[in-house]
Amino acid sequence: MTRSAFSLAALCLLMFAFALAPASAQSLSPTLQKIKDAGTITIGHRDSSVPFSYLDNDQKPIGFSLELCDLVVAKIKAKLGQPGLKVAYQAVNSSNRIPLVKNGTVDIECGSTANTIARQQEVSYSVIFYAPQFKWIALKSSDVKTTDDLKGKAVVVTQGTNTAQFVAKLNAEKNLGLKILQGKDHAESFLLVETGRASAFMEDDILLAGLKANASSPDNFAFLGDAFPSDPYGVMMAKGDPEFKKLVDDALTEAMKSGLYDKLYTKWFESPIPPKNINLKFPQSDKLKELVKTPSDKANGQ
Amino acid sequence: MMVDLSAIASVTPFLLTGLLFTLQITLVGVAGGIVFGSLLAVARLSQNRLLSTLATTYVNLMRSIPLILVIFWVFFLVPWAIGWLTNGGRPVAVGASLTIYVTFVLFEAAYYAEIVRAGFRSISTGQYAACDALGLSKLQAYIYVLFPQAFLSVLPILLTQTIVLFQDTSLVYVISATDLLGAATKIAQRDGRLVEMYLIVGVIYFLFCYAASQFVKRLQGRLAYR
Amino acid sequence: MSLLFETTPDGVSRYIDWILSGLGWTLSLALGAWTIALVVGTLVGVARTLPGGIWPRLGRIYVETFRNIPLLVQMFFWYFVLPELLPQRLGLAIKQMDPPWGSFVPALICLGLFTAARIAEQVRAGVQALPTGQRAAASALGFGRTGMYRLVLLPQAFRIILPTLTNEFMTIFKNTSVALTIGLVELTATAREINENTFRTFEAFGVVTIVYLVIALLAWQLMHRIERAVQLPSFVSGGGRK
Repeated sequence: MTRSAFSLAALCLLMFAFALAPASAQSLSPTLQKIKDAGTITIGHRDSSVPFSYLDNDQKPIGFSLELCDLVVAKIKAKLGQPGLKVAYQAVNSSNRIPLVKNGTVDIECGSTANTIARQQEVSYSVIFYAPQFKWIALKSSDVKTTDDLKGKAVVVTQGTNTAQFVAKLNAEKNLGLKILQGKDHAESFLLVETGRASAFMEDDILLAGLKANASSPDNFAFLGDAFPSDPYGVMMAKGDPEFKKLVDDALTEAMKSGLYDKLYTKWFESPIPPKNINLKFPQSDKLKELVKTPSDKANGQ
Repeated sequence: MMVDLSAIASVTPFLLTGLLFTLQITLVGVAGGIVFGSLLAVARLSQNRLLSTLATTYVNLMRSIPLILVIFWVFFLVPWAIGWLTNGGRPVAVGASLTIYVTFVLFEAAYYAEIVRAGFRSISTGQYAACDALGLSKLQAYIYVLFPQAFLSVLPILLTQTIVLFQDTSLVYVISATDLLGAATKIAQRDGRLVEMYLIVGVIYFLFCYAASQFVKRLQGRLAYR
Repeated sequence: MSLLFETTPDGVSRYIDWILSGLGWTLSLALGAWTIALVVGTLVGVARTLPGGIWPRLGRIYVETFRNIPLLVQMFFWYFVLPELLPQRLGLAIKQMDPPWGSFVPALICLGLFTAARIAEQVRAGVQALPTGQRAAASALGFGRTGMYRLVLLPQAFRIILPTLTNEFMTIFKNTSVALTIGLVELTATAREINENTFRTFEAFGVVTIVYLVIALLAWQLMHRIERAVQLPSFVSGGGRK
């Protein structure tokens, strides 16, 4: 390869640098304008974040977050006066959900995305619709009962999650000598525990409960005793669009005030759900009840 | 782990949708790749130094980096690029399928370009002179005389590259796309049937590629008689 | 690229350390697999050129199997499927192998055997391209089968196929990226991790792209030098004797 080849490659890369210049000022709500022009709203969903956003037996996206987003879509349809607005679903995973929201491929991401201060530099969040905590799940046969039992062992987290960063910190702080594997999505991380490649998987307790319930042999798994504070969930959308955010927030807070939120919660957390009609039996925590009474979009530490 | 083949029947429809997507990517990749690759090959052989350098840089760049890296690049940055080019900075939504098609066309074109270029070099220089003597324009010369000969001489290699493309489509796994392998993985994770699904997928790929490569061998034999 | 010198979230290293680590894995995997591929590939290629019996057929089965299944599917087989098919204790022992070795070893074997199939075909082509007189002459001189291959046929064959081997060598570096799907944090995986932690997509992937370009350039240079060093005047530009 020649020198001119290199300099041309550098030129191309420089051109891309200019492509990342800030957006020019638009008239109002860029996201709404984009949705209107496209005639479609693209909803980001997850593949295996039970019960928030996952695929049923026909590989269609369903879940608690998606039903909340349906309320948002209804509001958008009303606002734009486009009852025939199409809804497209885009699968995302924890690695690409933020880039896809940032670059406009996805208009709202309805899954199990944690609201953190660091992420607020990149994207915007709606009011909080769930507040989980971190737990470990492991095979009963592996005999680990607490975090200390995991010293020196292989554990798994999912790429790009706040959990991944938390475990890295925990490992450094407590000197656990953990060997941290990363799964592509929650299903793969769970699989690594199921097949014995990792001793434990840390994630939000509710997600783990969903994965356990849908496993081929749920009774093989058990939670470890320790729990750690986690970050709350919000609907994710592009930054710098306060009008759109207000619309999303209004849809959610209305549901919280009217009792619709509680109904949806019972439907997904305290009743049998697809695909295996298992009841997760996860009542609202006190923290969550607080957040439903007084909706907030603040991350931990704000 | 017991291998249970009865579960296959229920998952076949989903596997077929995955296979369909794989074939779609392959088709678009081949068509777009050969077209763009041919243009690149012509550009490389052109007298215009800027054009040939640009084409050479592009081909060398694409051939030096892994396909997975290109998939990540395109997946994350194409919407920005399109937005920059069209409506002044606001990103444009690009679906996953379109992104994948674009990736494969861009990537495979570099490989097809090299093959087509080799095809051109195998044409005797007398052909170019003959085209001039017949008064054909550059375009006519390419369409009626040069391209057909170039393609025919490297047809087996073009087809072999297509088989490689077909196998490369499995890499869209890294962006959770539902091609054949992606579909099998989703089923494997949902039902805990890793062994069966991956074995099935291996067999399917093997059958397709083996049949295709045998076809290419026979074609090579026939072409040798020309 | 100031990104490189910033501190990572766990507070103990900088991003450039991540990149160097990823690069280390990429190079180890590539060079290790290349070694396996050369050895196995030569053996299989030679097997395919043997006069008769079972060896050519075995060689053919090997090549067809490893060439007609995508590399990614083969990786999954070695990583996910093999431990499940082996007896319980052996499978468990493999799965308990510490990361990153748990990912590196299957990746090494997989990539090595995959590339070996391609090298085998090239070795076969190289040996078959030699004038038949070479074999006859070697026999007449009293060389046994091994001697004939080792001292007469293969040295010439390798010189013939050096350009395609160069191509294969450069390809193996690119193929190491597939190992990220089974958890090896090589160069491309490092780019993705940096992106997840900093959201500076362009810089993260840009740096890694440049590293791959440099690797490609160096690999090509290396092979080019070897090619020049071992060149035989009579074989240059196809001026072979018949």
